Amino acid sequence: MTDSPNGAPGSDAMVVAEDVHKSFGRLEVLRGIDLTVKRGEVMCVVGPSGSGKSTFLRCINHLEKINAGRLWVNGHLMGYRQKGSKLYELREQEVAAQRREIGMVFQRFNLFPHMTALANVMEAPVQVRNVPRKLARERATELLARVGLGDKHAHHPDQLSGGQQQRVAIARALAMEPALMLFDEPTSALDPELVGEVLDTMKDLARDGMTMVVVTHEMGFAREVGDSLVFMDDGVVVEAGSPAQVLGSPQEERTKAFLSKVL
Amino acid sequence: MSTSAESPPPAGPPPEGRRPPETIKAVPVRHPGRWVAAAVILLLAAMFVNMLLTNPAFDWAYMRSRAFLPNVLEGVRTTLLLTVLAMVIGVVIGVVVAIMRLSTNPILSATAWVYTWFFRAVPRLVLCVLFGNLGILYRELEFGVPFDNYLMPLFGMDGDLRFYSVDMNTVLTAFMAALLGLALSEGAYMSEIVRAGLQSVDKGQTEAAQALGMNNTTVLRRITLPQALRVIVPPTGNETVAMLKDTALVAYVPLNTELWFQLQAIGNRDFSIFPMLIAACLYYLVITSVFMVGQYFLERSFSTNDPVAKITARQTAGGGGM
Ligand SMILES: Nc1ncnc2c1ncn2[C@@H]1O[C@H](COP(=O)(O)OP(=O)(O)O)[C@@H](O)[C@H]1O
Ligand SMILES: [Mg+2]
Repeated sequence: MTDSPNGAPGSDAMVVAEDVHKSFGRLEVLRGIDLTVKRGEVMCVVGPSGSGKSTFLRCINHLEKINAGRLWVNGHLMGYRQKGSKLYELREQEVAAQRREIGMVFQRFNLFPHMTALANVMEAPVQVRNVPRKLARERATELLARVGLGDKHAHHPDQLSGGQQQRVAIARALAMEPALMLFDEPTSALDPELVGEVLDTMKDLARDGMTMVVVTHEMGFAREVGDSLVFMDDGVVVEAGSPAQVLGSPQEERTKAFLSKVL
Repeated sequence: MSTSAESPPPAGPPPEGRRPPETIKAVPVRHPGRWVAAAVILLLAAMFVNMLLTNPAFDWAYMRSRAFLPNVLEGVRTTLLLTVLAMVIGVVIGVVVAIMRLSTNPILSATAWVYTWFFRAVPRLVLCVLFGNLGILYRELEFGVPFDNYLMPLFGMDGDLRFYSVDMNTVLTAFMAALLGLALSEGAYMSEIVRAGLQSVDKGQTEAAQALGMNNTTVLRRITLPQALRVIVPPTGNETVAMLKDTALVAYVPLNTELWFQLQAIGNRDFSIFPMLIAACLYYLVITSVFMVGQYFLERSFSTNDPVAKITARQTAGGGGM
């Protein structure tokens, strides 16, 4: 089977990364990442720009192929099928199927500009899961209400503020009923006064028990909502632990140096 | 900025309770150049009209008597039909070739490149005449197992493995040859336009769609292509107008039901070439103008207020996908 003992569906691990390496040409961006995200856990990832945080998130849902190591999500080895010691690349359709259980929210929202907010949320269930339109519409309506945009169905992305767009993007990801949500600096492109509404939406999600990996610079959010915190630098996990631990009494010099700049 | 905010500018606003401002009544700047230009243009126009009316070479009465003969009207019909068909086929080829070109499959990508290279390099006129003479290359069009002439002796058998054959001249009529030449050539240009359109769509769109679990076909059909239309539509309008004019080339296939062929034939027969040349100009002017009006409205609906959104909204509302 494609499952590993430590990533089996029954186990309490949602994401298991084992010695993950990723290079772009000669530039090695991830240099051996090991970590485990438990079901229901909110893991925050912090680190300086260029340290490989986005790349790691994109490896988790196989938007990037890893060069070495193994990555399991919800018990599935991402991008490959393992038979004995041999790995077989999955076909495009199979990769797409694996991605369906992983929602992703981008720094720049990436909403579909040619569709209304409602259509954005409906699109994947209808096209990918073949959910009947009527049902998809009802669910999308519920989701938009849940992120506080019940009155914005008919608006196009360019008619919404950044914070509203990001909340639509969250609703769009949730529409696929993912087991895991990835957030790549979801508030970094927002005006300061709009950050709160997006973080509130994410807090609600965490409270409902969603497993989340959040790359962020919002240390307040990490402290309040995060179950664990990972500090990445130069393609490796430098320090990991509870947010209070890592933020309050960092052990590594690099962590201290970084935190002194952002806190 | 900060200093001017602190100390008032030298000629500060007058105190309150002052008279309403006096509307400026200045002598406007004169533009003598405009008057000179207008006079010159008017003079030239008058000379031109005078020539049109008095020069016997125009022979308007003759032109009127010939310009609406059934053959000519048939020519208009053929020209319009060729334009529409060649554009429709060209757009379809263009989309397919553009997708092949952008595909990660190196064979498809290279094939698309060669196609575009060839059909953009050879002039349309040459292509059309070439297709008109394809009967020389293949007398018959046959369907069967390729290389059967080598395979059959290899297995010690006689005969061939051709199941169906048809005379080339019945398939490749002048009209088909003309259409093939125009459409294949158009496909090459359209593929470049479609490619530019697809590449203009932000990469984040594809990623967001893939992250939602869409496969490549769905991403293309639902996300990338609809957004690319904004970039694809305006040049496609230009291509259509250009195609309309290029249909004149197929007179040399030769396709004798086409407008330019007909007008020329009449002029040659009556030894009155010039009036029919003018008739051709007028015909193409009128048809092109009609096309341009259509193009104007099409482009307007594609540039204001997110047109693609309207299309998708209609689809969403209508319940049917693309
Ligand atoms: N597609 C790519 N091609 C080449 N280099 C890349 C690519 N994506 C990211 N990188 C490089 O990888 C490094 C890590 O990038 P990234 O993961 O975006 O860092 P972070 O999100 O922590 O700021 C950077 O040096 C970046 O330039
Ligand atoms: Mg990043």
